[in-house]
Amino acid sequence: MSSVAQKSGFGATLWDWLTTVDHKKIGILYLLGGLFFFVLGGIEAMIIRLQLITPNNDLVSAGLFNDLITMHGTTMIFLAAMPILFGFMNAIMPLQIGARDVAFPFINSLGFWMFAFGGLFLNISWLFGEVPDAGWTSYASLSLHSPGHGVDFYAIGLQIAGGGTLMAGINFLVTIINMRAPGMTYMRMPLFTWTTFVASAMILFAFPPLTVGLFFLTFDRMFSGNFFDHTMGGNTIIWEHIFWIFGHPEVYILILPAFGIFSEIFSVFSRKRLFGYTAMVFATVLIGFLGFMVWAHHMFTVGLGPTANAIFAVATMAIAVPTGVKIFNWLLTIWGGSIKVTTPMLYALGFIPSFVMGGVTGVMQGAAPLDYQLHDSYFIVAHFHYVIVGGVVLAIFAGLHYWWPKMFGTILNEFLGKITFVFFFIGFHLTFLIQHWLGFWGMPRRVWTFMDGQGWNLANFISTIGALLMAIGFTVMVINIIMTTVKNERVGNDPWGDGRTLEWAIPSPPPFYNFPATPLIRGLDTLWVEKMEGSKEMITPAEPITDIHMPHGSIIPMLMSLGLFIAGFGAMFHQETSWGLGVLIFGLAFTFVTMATRSVKDDLGYYVTKEQILQDQENFKRGRN
Amino acid sequence: MIKGLKKWRLFSLLALFAVFMAGCGNEEISTFQPAGQVANDQFKLLLLASGIMLLVIIVVVIIYTVALFRFRRSKLGEDHIPEQVEGSHTLELIWTFIPIVLLLILAIPTVHYTYKLGDVKAMGAVDEEGNAENLVVDVTAKLYWWEFEYPDLGIVTAQELVVPTDEKVYFNLIAADVKHSFWIPSVGGKLDTNVENVNKFYLSFEKESDGLKDGVFYGKCAELCGPSHALMDFKVKTLPRDQFDSWVTAMQKTAEEPVVANADGEKVFSQSCIGCHAVSGVGESGAQGPNLASFGDRNRVAGFLEHDEENLKDWIRDTQKHKPGNTMPSFSKDQISDEDLDALAEYLMGLKVAK
Repeated sequence: MSSVAQKSGFGATLWDWLTTVDHKKIGILYLLGGLFFFVLGGIEAMIIRLQLITPNNDLVSAGLFNDLITMHGTTMIFLAAMPILFGFMNAIMPLQIGARDVAFPFINSLGFWMFAFGGLFLNISWLFGEVPDAGWTSYASLSLHSPGHGVDFYAIGLQIAGGGTLMAGINFLVTIINMRAPGMTYMRMPLFTWTTFVASAMILFAFPPLTVGLFFLTFDRMFSGNFFDHTMGGNTIIWEHIFWIFGHPEVYILILPAFGIFSEIFSVFSRKRLFGYTAMVFATVLIGFLGFMVWAHHMFTVGLGPTANAIFAVATMAIAVPTGVKIFNWLLTIWGGSIKVTTPMLYALGFIPSFVMGGVTGVMQGAAPLDYQLHDSYFIVAHFHYVIVGGVVLAIFAGLHYWWPKMFGTILNEFLGKITFVFFFIGFHLTFLIQHWLGFWGMPRRVWTFMDGQGWNLANFISTIGALLMAIGFTVMVINIIMTTVKNERVGNDPWGDGRTLEWAIPSPPPFYNFPATPLIRGLDTLWVEKMEGSKEMITPAEPITDIHMPHGSIIPMLMSLGLFIAGFGAMFHQETSWGLGVLIFGLAFTFVTMATRSVKDDLGYYVTKEQILQDQENFKRGRN
Repeated sequence: MIKGLKKWRLFSLLALFAVFMAGCGNEEISTFQPAGQVANDQFKLLLLASGIMLLVIIVVVIIYTVALFRFRRSKLGEDHIPEQVEGSHTLELIWTFIPIVLLLILAIPTVHYTYKLGDVKAMGAVDEEGNAENLVVDVTAKLYWWEFEYPDLGIVTAQELVVPTDEKVYFNLIAADVKHSFWIPSVGGKLDTNVENVNKFYLSFEKESDGLKDGVFYGKCAELCGPSHALMDFKVKTLPRDQFDSWVTAMQKTAEEPVVANADGEKVFSQSCIGCHAVSGVGESGAQGPNLASFGDRNRVAGFLEHDEENLKDWIRDTQKHKPGNTMPSFSKDQISDEDLDALAEYLMGLKVAK
């Protein structure tokens, strides 16, 4: 072990986590950070639903309600769903391709800290009492009109977090292209790695528009720009285009890794190779490509004209084809398999009907003239929660149970896991199914209250009850996590017994250098291949065990992000205070100095010796027996 | 026992579904009860789309359920190793092409209706004498109220749109401050009111609003526009053409023959309110506050409160409490005394143009 890891005591442990560049630890940091924001966004959701439980309710004020919906959406998408998925990608993807770490461990750490400080910046708005309130889409006319610093927090917070996301995406791309173990050809990569790859490519192209849009917004609000001010020659529709050119791919950035997680789970717990692997890969790539071609279906009612609407309507429908291919391939994976209903599998099985329902309502909204009715009504609220909760969140919960042993070395309680599923799943359908009808009955979305006598009372009541059930389910999961961690019963390499991919061939959690010797990949589902051949070591090494070169940890990524965090406050307050400009310059200078330090200071890393590796292997073997 | 339980589950599920489907919502606001050609076209498209999608769901659920029952490990035994099937080209082709066909069935009417509903060529058409052939209404959305100008008729009103039935009515839509969206669910889908450009579309109203619960259709703002977005409602009164014409004539007369139900109230009005509100229905859009020429006929105070003097007075005393973020000032007792407020309320309630 490295000298750092051997120190104990709270201070040393904290320092270790602040400076870590180990992909598995960063994965855990992403996961914990994401779960924290998930709880925050969940509380916001509960208040939203409680406010709407009866007509003319006054639990929260109109202004606070808009704060809540804006922060709920922004938090769940940028600070909960994406980071948790990044957590899995970080922790698992390098293991699946037989790599020692990601390509750029330092940038990996920087990506996490930018997310953490961006998320913190966004949520500090609650303490200032000036919270983003223009919706997670922050359409320009409203976001420019919004008083106070609320939308400033949105623009700068997302800018910082978005920068981190972009870095993470590039890092994953390079990792997958360059760091695959010998024999791990593209068409042998597990589906989760494939979807990470495509989602990362989408991040590469989708996040720069967001960056540009947020800069425009920042300049308009804080530096007297006029990009979106139509009275000065700007145009608000531009924001809508920029936002959705980012925003639509973003949905696929979230759902593709979810597809990847379910592909793994279906295959493992059916004890069967993924049906139509090649078709699945091409469907993933096709969805990623088409995801960039359909953004204007969020804007059918903007008045782009019938030709634009017709083109985007047909393009949108086209996405249903590769998605359908995926659904049927999953069905045929479990068909003829040997299905074991574990907690992760339960989520995967719950996902199929839920996501199909979310998918078909998406096609319905793709029919532009019909969308004129459904757009911005409760129907769309139902639709995107069906795909995001029924797809992404179920995948996150599934992945959490599935990979918990690999990440933490303990296994979550199966009984409590199933209880969680039952509450969450029933609650989810109770909350959102009825909302389709609320939309048909004329209820617009983002309303902080509604009048009596419009026929919406019962449906809203049912919806709120469903939300409570979801909250109960999630609470059980938190209890499960705490109990499992306290009990600390260690598990072996392959606790599910049916692992097929490389991560299950090494200890749980793996040693910090992952593989004593880089493995040789002998086919799709390489561990399954080894198992079927009765191989004892489960890994065919591609090289003899030698010293391993590893990078040192570094506090610089955190400091760089801290500088941007400080600069954000400077930018926000520079118009009304004398110190704002100074703080802005100081923050940026701080970041540049840390960057320069990193560039000038050579970090040659260190070597894990062969003896150490052999010693570790001995220990693992003894632990197993 | 178990079988009975399953039947009970199925039954309750079906019953729940029936309740959903039967619940067509309220006639004045539900898209399920279309009251015009546009909403009707959209409803037809909804039925077609739902049908196709239901088919997809059923197919998936059948395969899913059968697989789930047939291939459980508990049945097959712990040691069973299934055949590692790679895939099937035939199957891949089937589930690529059948969805394409299904989508084509949906795409063709989609494109057709997109062009049909977007057709506003007849908007500027004039007859031989140069009069407009079709009714055009200019809608301006403001924080948080709606202004309706009838440019060819020289009148303007607010909060309550009055239109003739059984003909196409064309709309010019724009927002004066931030983006809103104009939506009358039972008559047709929404179109945004952007800040920088005029959007055009048409609706046709094929049901008289007279028989409805409140005698009006409900209109909504469908784009988040600030704290009181939820309260930015408007109402739609649909009249047969002859009644509409007489309403127009009555509106045009309000310029010369103002209705004064309470002379003291009129005085208060001219001191405190006239800066923003007009009581003559003749004019153009662009006012600071809603035109009040037909206030007494309206269905709501401030767009959403029950239409009575109490609410009207409460509203004037504290507008922010009722509609946070709106631009109308509140009037304290120092500004308008209680007596004056009574008189003002009576005066406002008397502003009627319909008989």
